[in-house]
Amino acid sequence: MMASSYNAKEEDGHHSGASGPCGAAVKSKKPDNTAFKQQRLPAWQPILTAGTVLPAFFVIGLIFIPIGIGLYVTSNNIKEFEIDYTGIDMSSPCFNCSQNFSWNSTRPCKCSLPFSLDQPFESNVFMYYGLSNFYQNHRRYVKSRDDSQLNGDTFSLTHPSKECEPYRTGSDNKPIAPCGAIANSMFNDTLELYYVDPNGTRTQIELAKKGIAWWTDKHVKFRNPGSNNSNLTASFKGTTKPVNWNKPVYELDSEAENNGFINEDFIVWMRTAALPTFRKLYRIIQRKNSMTPTLPRGNYTLEVTYNYPVRSFEGRKRVILSTISWMGGKNPFLGIAYITVGSVCFFLGVVLLIIHHKYGNRSNNSDIPN
Amino acid sequence: MLREEMQEVFIVAGNTHQEVERELRSARKKMHPASSDEPPMRKSSILGKKTEVVEDEAVEGEYGMVINGHSLAYALQEGLQLEFLRAACMCQAVICCRVTPLQKAQVVELVKKHKRAVTLAIGDGANDVSMIKAAHIGVGISGQEGMQAVLSSDYSFAQFRYLQRLLLVHGRWSYLRMCKFLRYFFYKNFTFTFVHFWYGFFCGFSAQTVYDEWFITLYNLVYTALPVLGLALFDQDVDHRWSFQYPQLYTPGQLNLYFSKRAFLRCVLHSGYSSLVLFFIPYASMHDTVRDDGKDIADYQSFALLAQTCLLVAVNMQLGLDTHYWTAVNQFFLWGSMSVYFAVTFTMYSNGMYLIFTSSFPFIGVARNSLNQPNVWLTILLTSILCVLPVLAYRFLYMQLRPTINDKVRHKVRQDKTPPTAAPRRFQPRRISTRRSGYAFSHSRGYGDLVTSGKFLLRPVRSRPPLFSRSQPSGSPVAEDSPQIFRTITEEPSA
Repeated sequence: MMASSYNAKEEDGHHSGASGPCGAAVKSKKPDNTAFKQQRLPAWQPILTAGTVLPAFFVIGLIFIPIGIGLYVTSNNIKEFEIDYTGIDMSSPCFNCSQNFSWNSTRPCKCSLPFSLDQPFESNVFMYYGLSNFYQNHRRYVKSRDDSQLNGDTFSLTHPSKECEPYRTGSDNKPIAPCGAIANSMFNDTLELYYVDPNGTRTQIELAKKGIAWWTDKHVKFRNPGSNNSNLTASFKGTTKPVNWNKPVYELDSEAENNGFINEDFIVWMRTAALPTFRKLYRIIQRKNSMTPTLPRGNYTLEVTYNYPVRSFEGRKRVILSTISWMGGKNPFLGIAYITVGSVCFFLGVVLLIIHHKYGNRSNNSDIPN
Repeated sequence: MLREEMQEVFIVAGNTHQEVERELRSARKKMHPASSDEPPMRKSSILGKKTEVVEDEAVEGEYGMVINGHSLAYALQEGLQLEFLRAACMCQAVICCRVTPLQKAQVVELVKKHKRAVTLAIGDGANDVSMIKAAHIGVGISGQEGMQAVLSSDYSFAQFRYLQRLLLVHGRWSYLRMCKFLRYFFYKNFTFTFVHFWYGFFCGFSAQTVYDEWFITLYNLVYTALPVLGLALFDQDVDHRWSFQYPQLYTPGQLNLYFSKRAFLRCVLHSGYSSLVLFFIPYASMHDTVRDDGKDIADYQSFALLAQTCLLVAVNMQLGLDTHYWTAVNQFFLWGSMSVYFAVTFTMYSNGMYLIFTSSFPFIGVARNSLNQPNVWLTILLTSILCVLPVLAYRFLYMQLRPTINDKVRHKVRQDKTPPTAAPRRFQPRRISTRRSGYAFSHSRGYGDLVTSGKFLLRPVRSRPPLFSRSQPSGSPVAEDSPQIFRTITEEPSA
């Protein structure tokens, strides 16, 4: 037994430096007496007292309510006009177009919708097309694209990725550029806006089609294949257009800056929406000068070239004309939410104050039961 | 262990089965006159199986019991086991003296089998090894008796008095940290997952993820790993000195208050609520919205970035509420993780990464284009406040109306500000000479017969001839001459 090596000095269990049987120094087994190892690190120990919690509730309430009011007022000042042109009702001008649609029709179907604006729209006016019940966020749809091909990679142009199936190769097995279901279902209605004078003359409102896509999308993410953009037809040799398109991708626009993959309408469409009801920027109506409103009060006509079928999945199409503020488009939700949360917070603070006043001394009593 | 306040100390020293039974029964009747003869079994709740757990019985007053090895041999037999257990559990302290190592283990196993309790055994010698191994927690004392107990124990230290520290400080902190860690871990992962459930209603149930794939990969690995690790390593509710001062702080651990089924259910409900907030507020604020220059912000990638930032801010704020002991390490982990999130996000969504690995990083430009919108930051602020405020209100309310022992002590800590001085240690007079407790021989008859009688062995033993018989003329002269009274043990065939 180890009784022989027992030493009176080791009473306290300290083995530090005690000489062993052979007289050599024994390494100490005692752990270091540092703050870290002995769990004595200096620390901040907050505790929920009435002095911290109740002011926090009141402060949050007092901050949120003005923010909410600001947001709500800003949202109310944004002017927005929306018109649904799906053509469900028999009385709608686009009813015939929606009924008689077929993919192979060479003669496009046109319809025109008259509307009037009660208030003038100042500053830049943004024109959107909106779709409903269109699930651009479906998982199989979202991954049905080839980003390398869209970035101008020459190998991917002729060998699109497998994710694009079944929109990968077209007739006679030529690869599709751009491949995938997202590109295939691109929105192709044409919308034109005319202002109708009080005396009946129609003037077309100029719609700018540049500057509708993100800068990073247009200049980094989407690039045309081939070294120079001048002869796109040659760059896209060996590929075919998507199944449901009328013209190939290198004929989307006459301007070279807006043709091919870097066509801004195409880029805007390829940025898939998160929710089944969404709007995408179509055109911008630039403001003329600070004197005249961009869209004065009066009657307008919307001319639609109805190419895009939505009746089959009970979708809806609409056109939205909207002004913009620092918080974006018209969305009263955030303002209302802030006001609500701020007032609930304030009210809760009052309730907790009352409760604290009546019962609050329970935890301060030093009566700690045994 | 036996105190002045004890009303009575029962001595059980019977020689036969009936005597021991009578003594135990009278002890029980004295402590709890109304107790029934049948032991009160716990109602079984699992699949109708009969359980063997004996319920606790409350008694008025404090009692003690002393039982020696002989009587214990009878008391641990099949018929008397439960009687002994009931009587012993009604006492504040039970002293079993002169017991063999196997009997020590058997007592521990008896309690383990028939009581819903966690057992701890502490010992310092080789004779304690079986007891230490039988208990749930075995503690070995190193030193005088050698290292046998230490080698077979779960915890070991050098002095018996360190047991107080082991239980009241380290054991308590360990329980607290473990439960907080588990609750928070379940919370952050359930919240993360339930959001996808709500999104399913809006994406055609196609299992499209709300978040970026890289975020899903790095969420548990990088963004929320270190803060919760800091919580689990460093958290303390009160100082170690205050833990000694108020041993009542130990009761939540004994009652398993911090991670019971009810606590888990509360955690799941909290996650459900958080996930609702974390999905529907961004949904409503991004519905049909655009950027401040008219371009798109309600696209899938921006929505994903918004949702994941809201989630991360909300779960980190929840961690902040849960942490009671903010060391520098905790602060570093928490703020560091948030900055790492933003750094990694901006890096992954940059031009360079896209051009090198095109298909892996399709989210290019999203961080730059959406995080400069005041709309987005206001949404993040709203969701995190909405996630955290109910928790704050709930905890504050509970603290006002029904403060736990923990709350009271922490308030006292804050009031007093100076830590309590440690109780002065009563110094025992130092033993001058070495003291041994193991003997190689004995000058009295001792209990060899008891050991070899095989009365308490688990397997029935073949009867053996008695080792010592009184009729042997060449019996030990010491035994004959010794004035001590000793017992004879007649050999009985084991039951």
